[in-house]
Amino acid sequence: MSEPTKAPPAAAGRAATKKELPEHFKAYKHVWVFIEQERGQVHPVSWELMGAGRKLADKLKVDLAAVVIGPPGEAVQHAATESFCYGADLAYIVADDVLTDYRNEAYTKALTDVVNTYKPEILLLGATTLGRDLAGSVATTLLTGLTADCTELDVDADGSLAATRPTFGGSLLCTIYTLNYRPQMATVRPRVMPMPDRVEKPAIRIIEHKLGLVEEDIVTKVLSFIPDRDSAKSNLAYADVVVAGGLGLGSPENFQLVKGLAAVLGAEFGCSRPLVQKGWVTSDRQIGQTGKTIRPKLYIAAGISGAIQHRVGVEGADLIVAINTDKNAPIFDFAHVGIVTDAIRLLPALTEAFRARLSPHSRDRIAS
Amino acid sequence: MHIVVCIKQVPDSAQIRVHPVTNTIMRQGVPTIINPYDLFALEAALQLRDKFGGEVTVLTMGPPSAEDSLRRALTYGADRAVLLTDRFFAGADTLATTYALATAIRKISETFGAPDIVFTGKQTIDGDTAQVGPGIAKRLGLLQLTYVAKINEVDPAARTIEAERRSEGGVQVLKTKLPCLVTMLEATNEIRRGAMADALRAARAKIVTWSAKEAGVEDISKCGLKGSPTIVKRVFAPSARAEKATIVDFSTRAPAEALIEELFKRQPKLEAELTISAHGF
Ligand SMILES: Cc1cc2nc3c(=O)[nH]c(=O)nc-3n(C[C@H](O)[C@H](O)[C@H](O)COP(=O)(O)OP(=O)(O)OC[C@H]3O[C@@H](n4cnc5c(N)ncnc54)[C@H](O)[C@@H]3O)c2cc1C
Ligand SMILES: Nc1ncnc2c1ncn2[C@@H]1O[C@H](COP(=O)(O)O)[C@@H](O)[C@H]1O
Repeated sequence: MSEPTKAPPAAAGRAATKKELPEHFKAYKHVWVFIEQERGQVHPVSWELMGAGRKLADKLKVDLAAVVIGPPGEAVQHAATESFCYGADLAYIVADDVLTDYRNEAYTKALTDVVNTYKPEILLLGATTLGRDLAGSVATTLLTGLTADCTELDVDADGSLAATRPTFGGSLLCTIYTLNYRPQMATVRPRVMPMPDRVEKPAIRIIEHKLGLVEEDIVTKVLSFIPDRDSAKSNLAYADVVVAGGLGLGSPENFQLVKGLAAVLGAEFGCSRPLVQKGWVTSDRQIGQTGKTIRPKLYIAAGISGAIQHRVGVEGADLIVAINTDKNAPIFDFAHVGIVTDAIRLLPALTEAFRARLSPHSRDRIAS
Repeated sequence: MHIVVCIKQVPDSAQIRVHPVTNTIMRQGVPTIINPYDLFALEAALQLRDKFGGEVTVLTMGPPSAEDSLRRALTYGADRAVLLTDRFFAGADTLATTYALATAIRKISETFGAPDIVFTGKQTIDGDTAQVGPGIAKRLGLLQLTYVAKINEVDPAARTIEAERRSEGGVQVLKTKLPCLVTMLEATNEIRRGAMADALRAARAKIVTWSAKEAGVEDISKCGLKGSPTIVKRVFAPSARAEKATIVDFSTRAPAEALIEELFKRQPKLEAELTISAHGF
């Protein structure tokens, strides 16, 4: 095994790591997006990834393909035809009765088989519970690299996938490459990428691939599925207006001020991670790298410093408003509007002021 | 019943600081802890052992100092601790990590008996990928149950396990065969305090320590940095937005009014949108 040659420091990055791609990987072309569908519903993250995948495919001048796995029937066909409206050049379908519910064994075989047969260069999956379960198994089976929870995807000058994600520690990002293995795999969380516009397009090329498994081959059985109660679901990720609080609020009682403002605005409320760790707020309300990613029209953050893990979860918002006592807080580096003041005093006043401004009667005033 | 729990020693993230000039992580003096997510896996394992008898073996790959976390796990009641440590393991990404851990689990299996269940946490707070669990399962040919919220039933005689798995929009109730790998969801249990006897035992316990060779690693090039298909090309601080945040001046009026005025001035449509959002029409 040849040691990488020691290059002078300036050239270290590339020269030390870039080897010639092994011959058998050169056949790997095109960008793929795994279209996640369960019980007939396509997860929106799949269309968000189609938007990102389209950009990569255009840069590489290759095709963008959608891969749909599921039971035979209407839902899977529909997901495949829809994928063309979100930018696909072609779609692969693996449809079989054993794929009715998500099960790791069957889905791993389905996805690995299509990858080995049609050889994509890049494979993207949503970082959902399904996508993460599947991606880890598929990458290990293929013995290739997988970069989790990316916040940015790009291809560099020589065509390698540059996958950026926050890294350990609080304020850094890192860009990860999978240089000598194929496919280059990455997962991206819901709402990190913008939803592309849907444009009506014909489904021109659909390739069906046989799975070759029977139910007896699969050990794991699904006994039942218990859907979440509607009341237990928060719409945080897809809300138009979000108000969140952080450690700067000082106590769980003060967090009520965030809920109060959210109620007046018809907004969802959220928080930074330490509040979940302290048990002040439930974990489904956490915003950021290890919580939810949001893309609201308006985001108000009170007493949140703006660490990178928080920032990556909110950067897609149209208007970010920060309330913080420290004028040097990092949140002011990415907020659009900031106010340097005590949130505990401002929040009640702001709630009242909004209540007055947004009365139904003021709607008539705006309309006229 | 033999249960293996994979735990990782991680720096306590709450105390990590980034060097303001060099943008590197300042690890010195940062205390280490057991990855908090792994404690849910450990407690689930201990509960099964208490119910069915048998042993819990905790396993970690890390520097020699990771022994601290293993001893901690023993104080909670684990029966045996294995430390996989070797300079060849340094710089491993998830694929190289699962190669090493899977090899060690095979060795544990030969030495102390085959595990019925391998547990991992949902994810680590430093690597934060949630891939090591599924990777180990794949390498060992184990069935996998990820994001498990509740283990409903284990039948050691029939060699089956039934568990509730968190999925998008609901919970899947799955039944599969042992041996399998389970990744536990957070907040599903609370780690026990540990008995005095365990604390005493932990202090004196011999930690089984294996190098790559001792663990049975056949191909050193599959370990550590060398065995990692992914490489970190660039570490950088996020840039500020080109345009700085407008800081609201409230010297002449109430801060709340000043802020609202600024928002509506900046985005004229916002007032109408908020009125709709506020009243649901
Ligand atoms: C692997 C990993 C993943 C993580 N994932 C996430 C994640 O998903 N989401 C997340 O949020 N964090 C995450 N974190 C944590 C993150 O690094 C920060 O520690 C966290 O976001 C800080 O929370 P905070 O801003 O509420 O608290 P702090 O950083 O303590 O900031 C509090 C802020 O409040 C201000 N303040 C104080 N008093 C007042 C007052 N009276 N009025 C107004 N302002 C006031 C202070 O000036 C300060 O800026 C993660 C960390 C790691 C290592
Ligand atoms: N070095 C390690 N030693 C032992 N277990 C590990 C190690 N790294 C990861 N794990 C296990 O794998 C899980 C997922 O880790 P990760 O993929 O890094 O998020 C963790 O919760 C641990 O249980």
